[in-house]
Formats: sequence, C-alpha cells, structure tokens
Amino acid sequence: MSNYLKLVVLGLITLFAMIAANYARDLAYQVHALIVMLVAGGLFLWTLRNTDEPAPRQEAGLTYMDGVIRYGVTATAFWGVVGFLVGVVIAFQLAFPELNFAALEGYGNFGRLRPLHTSAVIFAFGGNALIATSFYVVQRTSAARLWGGNLAWFVFWGYQLFIVLAATGYLLGGTQSKEYAEPEWYVDLWLTLVWVAYLAVFLGTIVKRKEPHIYVANWFYLAFIVTIAMLHIVNNLSIPVSIFGSKSVQVFSGVQDAMVQWWYGHNAVGFFLTAGFLGMMYYFVPKQAGRPVYSYKLSIIHFWALIFLYIWAGPHHLHYTALPDWASTLGMVFSVILWMPSWGGMINGLMTLSGAWDKLRTDPVIRMMVISIGFYGMSTFEGPMMSIRAVNSLSHYTDWTIGHVHSGALGWNGMITFGALYFLVPKLWNRERLYSLSLVSWHFWLATIGIVLYAASMWVTGIMEGLMWREVDANGFLVNSFADTVAAKFPMYVVRGLGGVMFLAGALIMCYNLWMTVRRSPAVEAGQAAAHATPAE
Amino acid sequence: MTQKKDDDLDYETTGHEWDGIREYNKPLPRWWLWTFYATIIWGIAYTIAYPAWPMISSATPGLLGYSTRTELSQEVAAVEDRNAAINQRLVETDLNAVADDPELQSYAVNAGDAVFMTFCAQCHGSGAAGAKGYPNLLDNDWLWGGDMEAIHTTVRHGIRNETDPDARYSQMPAFGADGILTEAQIDQVVNHVMSLSGTPRDAEAAEQGAQVFADNCAACHGEDGTGDRSQGAPNLADAIWLYGGDYETLHATVSNARFGVMPSWEGRLSDAQIRAVTAYVHQLGGGEAPVEQD
Repeated sequence: MSNYLKLVVLGLITLFAMIAANYARDLAYQVHALIVMLVAGGLFLWTLRNTDEPAPRQEAGLTYMDGVIRYGVTATAFWGVVGFLVGVVIAFQLAFPELNFAALEGYGNFGRLRPLHTSAVIFAFGGNALIATSFYVVQRTSAARLWGGNLAWFVFWGYQLFIVLAATGYLLGGTQSKEYAEPEWYVDLWLTLVWVAYLAVFLGTIVKRKEPHIYVANWFYLAFIVTIAMLHIVNNLSIPVSIFGSKSVQVFSGVQDAMVQWWYGHNAVGFFLTAGFLGMMYYFVPKQAGRPVYSYKLSIIHFWALIFLYIWAGPHHLHYTALPDWASTLGMVFSVILWMPSWGGMINGLMTLSGAWDKLRTDPVIRMMVISIGFYGMSTFEGPMMSIRAVNSLSHYTDWTIGHVHSGALGWNGMITFGALYFLVPKLWNRERLYSLSLVSWHFWLATIGIVLYAASMWVTGIMEGLMWREVDANGFLVNSFADTVAAKFPMYVVRGLGGVMFLAGALIMCYNLWMTVRRSPAVEAGQAAAHATPAE
Repeated sequence: MTQKKDDDLDYETTGHEWDGIREYNKPLPRWWLWTFYATIIWGIAYTIAYPAWPMISSATPGLLGYSTRTELSQEVAAVEDRNAAINQRLVETDLNAVADDPELQSYAVNAGDAVFMTFCAQCHGSGAAGAKGYPNLLDNDWLWGGDMEAIHTTVRHGIRNETDPDARYSQMPAFGADGILTEAQIDQVVNHVMSLSGTPRDAEAAEQGAQVFADNCAACHGEDGTGDRSQGAPNLADAIWLYGGDYETLHATVSNARFGVMPSWEGRLSDAQIRAVTAYVHQLGGGEAPVEQD
C-alpha cells in the first residue's frame, strides 16, 4: 500500500522537475531540475517493479543495520579523495595562476573550485564520516538496531543527492555567496528534510536503547545534529526570486547578515568539525586502545562547557569591521574561555592511552588517532589565541587563518576519520584484520609530513604578509604594495601544494589498503561474525 | 564494575559499560580546572574594562573607554599631525619648484610611492611599467603631457570618467563599427599606421592608406602621425603602443576605437597626496620640464 503512495509522490516530483527544467531561468537550476527528474523518475520505475512482489524476509530484529554504514564508509573515502584532489588543484592554481585555464573560465577557475573543495571536504567527506560513524556508534553503544527501518537509507542517499546538487551548483554558478553555506535555497530545503530524518533515526535509536545510560559519544553526536539543524535553518533564511530559478535574496542584510553568517560559520567548525568528531573520538579511541575512558567527570564538564561557550564565539571572525565593539569583545572573551573546555576532549583522548602507550609503537591506527588528538589540541589553542583582537589585527585576512583551518581539518578531522575507517572496514566486512599495517604507516607518515609542510608554510606566509601589510616608513607611509606580498608568498605556495600532494597520496594508499582488506583479508569465521545487538554486561 | 588486570587500581570505573567501553571516575585535572577558572575570571575582568554587554539602547562602554574607531583615528591623527607642516609646504609650493627643495622632494617622492602602491599599482603595475591598455609611466611617451602640471591635472581629474566634469576627455570614432570606413579602407590605413614606425604587412595598401589617414586621422593624430597631447591623441610614429602595434590589434582599434578610463582622485586623495604622487611619477624616468608659456 505504501508503495502506491510512494509512486504518486515520486511521479509528481518527476513531473514537476520536468516542468521546472523547461521553465528554468538559469543553467544551474536547469541542470538540477534534470538531476532531480532522473533520480525521482528512476526511483519511480524501481518502486514500480518492486510493487506487489513478495516482500523479502525481514532481517532478524536483533542484528545491527550495517549495510548503510558500509555505503557510508565507501562514500567517505570517495569524497575524501575528491575533496583533497580539488584542494591540490586550487593550491597550485594559487601558486601558478596559468592553471586557471581560459577554456575552463567560468567553470574550472579558482573562484568556482574553491567552494567545491571546502564543501567536498567538510560536508561530503566529513559529513559522510559523521553520519556513518554515528550510525555505527549509536547502535553499538545503545545495543539497538537503527530506528526507522529504511529511513537510514533515505538519510544516506538524500545526503549524497545534496552533495551532488551543491557541487554541480558551484561549478555552474548557483551560489548564495555565503562561505560554507553556498548552496541555493532549494538545496537548503532538501538538506533540511534529510537532516530532520537523520535526527529522527539517531534520536529514535537512543530512545529505544537497551543500555541504562547514554554514552558520551552520543551526547556529542546529538549536540552536533541538533545545533547544525538550527544553524543551517537560520543562516539560510532567504526568499527565492523565482520558483524556477536558483537565485534568492537573504532575509538579513549588512552587518546583521555578516554576524549571522559567522555565527553559522564558526559553529559549523564548533559543532560539525569539533563536537561531531569528538563523538567519533570518544568511541574509536577507547575501542582501539582497549582502555577505559580517562575521566567521566571531565567528559561531562567539558561537554557542557564546550556546548555553551562555542555558540558565542562567532564574532571573532569580524574583528575591526562594521560589527560593534561590544559584540567583538564578547566573541573574543568566549573564544578564550573556550580553550580549556576544548582541551578537555584532548586530555580525555590522550590520557585514555595511559597504560597503553606501548601500542603507539606497534599499532599505526592508534598512532593516527593520537596525532589527530595532538592536532586537535594544537588548533584549539591556536584558535583562541587568534581570536584575541591584537593577534587578529595581524593574522586576519592572511594565510595564517588558512593554515589554522587546515591543521584542524587535515590533522584533527582527517586523521581521526582515517583512524575510524581503519577500525571500521575489517569489522563491517567481517575481516580478521587490515590488509597491510605497513601501508597504514606509509599513510600516517605521508599525511603527517604533508600537514606539517602545509601548516608551516602558511604560518610563514601568513605572518609575513601580515607584517608586510602593516609595515610603514618613518613618515607613516606604506612600504609594500599588495602585489609585493603576493609575489613574496610564491615559494611557500609551492610548498603548501606539495604538502597537499603528500596528504592526497596518503589517502589514495588508504583507499587501496581498505579495498584490499575487503577483497583479500581472511574472513572472520562464521559464528563469531554475527553482529547481534546484545547489551554489554 | 569489573576490574581488569592492567587497570589503574587507584580509581574505580563508573560501573557503566557500552560495547566494552568503560569509564574511570577520575577527578578533573587540577591544572585544567584552575586554568579554566583563570580564563573565566580574566573574561569577566576584560568585559568590565572593554565595551561588552549589550543593554537596552547601547552596550556597556567599559572602564577604559576603548573603541576601535577611536584607536584608529588616533593612530591616523598622530601620523597626520607629524606630517602636517611638510604637507602644508607641499601644497603651498609651486609644483615646478618642489624639486628645488631636496627635503620636500624627498618627502613627496616617498609619500607618492606609498600612494602609488595603494591606489595606482592595480592598473599601472607596482613598478609603474603599465600593461595593455594602461600606460607605462617609466618612459617619456605621454598621452596628455609629462610635465608636473600636466601629470597633476591627469591625477587630479582623471580621464574620460563620468564623475569629474574636469576630467580629460576625447573620443576616437569607431571607424568600422560606425560604418565610417569600409573594410578595404581600414586595411589600408592600418597598414599605413604600421609603416609610420616599422614595416606594414602590405606595402601597397600602406601607400593607399596615406590618403585615408590624411582624411580621417590626421586631424587628431597629426599629418605625420606624431599625435596631439592637447586631446590625448597618441603618437603613432614612435613604436610605443598602448594596446599593441600588430595588425590584428590595430585593426580592432581602428574598427571599434578605444576608450581608456582613469578615475578622478580629487576628493579621494588629499591635495598633498595628489601633489606627492605627481612628484613620484614625474621622477620615475620620463618627467618633462615645464613647457614655456608664450
């Protein structure tokens, strides 16, 4: 019966998408309408073929739902490589502007590729990692199968559709020009729908858990899901110019718009890249180390302090602008107070290894997780420091910011995700172990050296250009022109690009290793393999 | 609450267990807690000292009376006060006499350099060598004149902009687009122009082009093609090209004309800054002595 309803809805969507493609006012919208038409039409046919067929036997209610996580892990690795590759391309475009080929002008130049890189890495790679690991962790720590049946599949495929619409939109010029929130109004609406489904699946699973308490990793995941929903909706409030066009007009304007944007932008870092990934850390580090979490009390205090403080820190992105001084002061003060709550997660992660430090020598996966926590600690110290007005007057608008973001994104988010993938793939595909630990070591060293090259070169150029911009002679006249600073940065831009190449090479080695793990590693013997949902004792 | 053999026996676990993960009931690290307290106390103190808490109609101003706008205007005022006397001297000195005063000339050139890097380098290049469509300021080939007064007027009012009624203005007709010349005539005159400073593509056409040039171009560019600075008509005989001297570029120039624009800087830069950048550009290499007035 529900299939008939599905057919009606899918049919209507397909029909509307056809009409929309016909009346489209711009290319991005037209291409998106065609994509939606093909997806909805394909689903219509697929549903039609399955209607009134005998239903396949339901899986036993006690097993975990791992199929969607296997897809999520694959998508994470795939989008990771895409995002890193585009990052390497634009790094070299900055060093060698000739790589903005005239033939690709309007599609493949830096301006179009840059949001493709940031969104691919944050939302496609990071987002898939968060969704996949949260589905894995919430089932294991709640001893319950995912709530909502096929809703989890809707979340996965709906999120992939969001990524495809966002990415093609950037290349075709469909952007509302808000950093990290570039997708236009209809893509935002679609993501809202997917995100609410994600919240329902996650919360539903927690509600029906068989454990008496909710594990700390799930607090962080839940804070991430709820807050991102709020940030996404408020920052994307806009009115479409036409229902048949991609352009929309923001509800807020001027400095209010800037403030809302950076309230969103900073908390995308705080709740997507920090809280969500701390959820990952709190499960995979104790599991891989085989040690209890260092301090329950610390996890409570730093969780609530982090959640409360992060949401106020956004104005530090707007020091010395039209933003009133009082807002800028508050942003700075909350950022500095945030230092210790952020480090609470680092302490709990690192100290969980006390008594198991010897594993650093033998287990490259643990090494990966430990260095990710190290980079987390470093960038959560650097962030509060850069939010101080006096420091910011030097660092703002320079490459120092880019270096800061990448030591967090490559070092913390990237490395902890790689660690989680190395943990998950043998488990999800019932393999005894990874195909090769020495390839993990290769990945570890390539990625680590790559990040060090990246961060160090950006510190050098950032501080250098900050000093060059403010350099004045005895009469108070500027010494350098902007073009002088650009020319001075060239060698460091090449180093940065090489760092990116090493990081990408490491990720490709990981993909090969994971692929061979699935293909070649010996399977776990039947009997031990079944992933039954049984509460821990 | 099961203890395992390598557990830290000084501490209990909380007794919870999820998928094999347990948690110690360890206290907060002291250094962590005290640093956290210290940042909170610092934060409260800072918000008392600086503008911070929003009230109904405005925010608390802070005990120190700090404001970023005040800080900036004080820094700018300090520099302006320091330079006020010499800026005054620069404005009051006759443009052609600036170079006679070594201290004033040195100041003007340094100040002009800073102005140039901030406002002019985007088009003319940080070395002032120009680019296609943007004149090279290092040579002695001037469109509108290269003495101090001429450069000063150009900087002050700009060229062909719509904001300053005193902007320098002239317009070349689009001989092709507006149907003034036929395609054959354009080909001839382009060859003729090329012959003025080098080799035409087609010598025969160049000869025929002489008549076309005399009828259509000489009024502005002069009979011998050496140009006319009073209307910004470029010298076509010196092998220095603003847009390019090859056949294709010249063909495009004659067919569609050019309309290079420079903004007016009066009002955006102070009188002293305009005079300073004039002195800077004048001493780059091509500055000319003042024209004797009759």
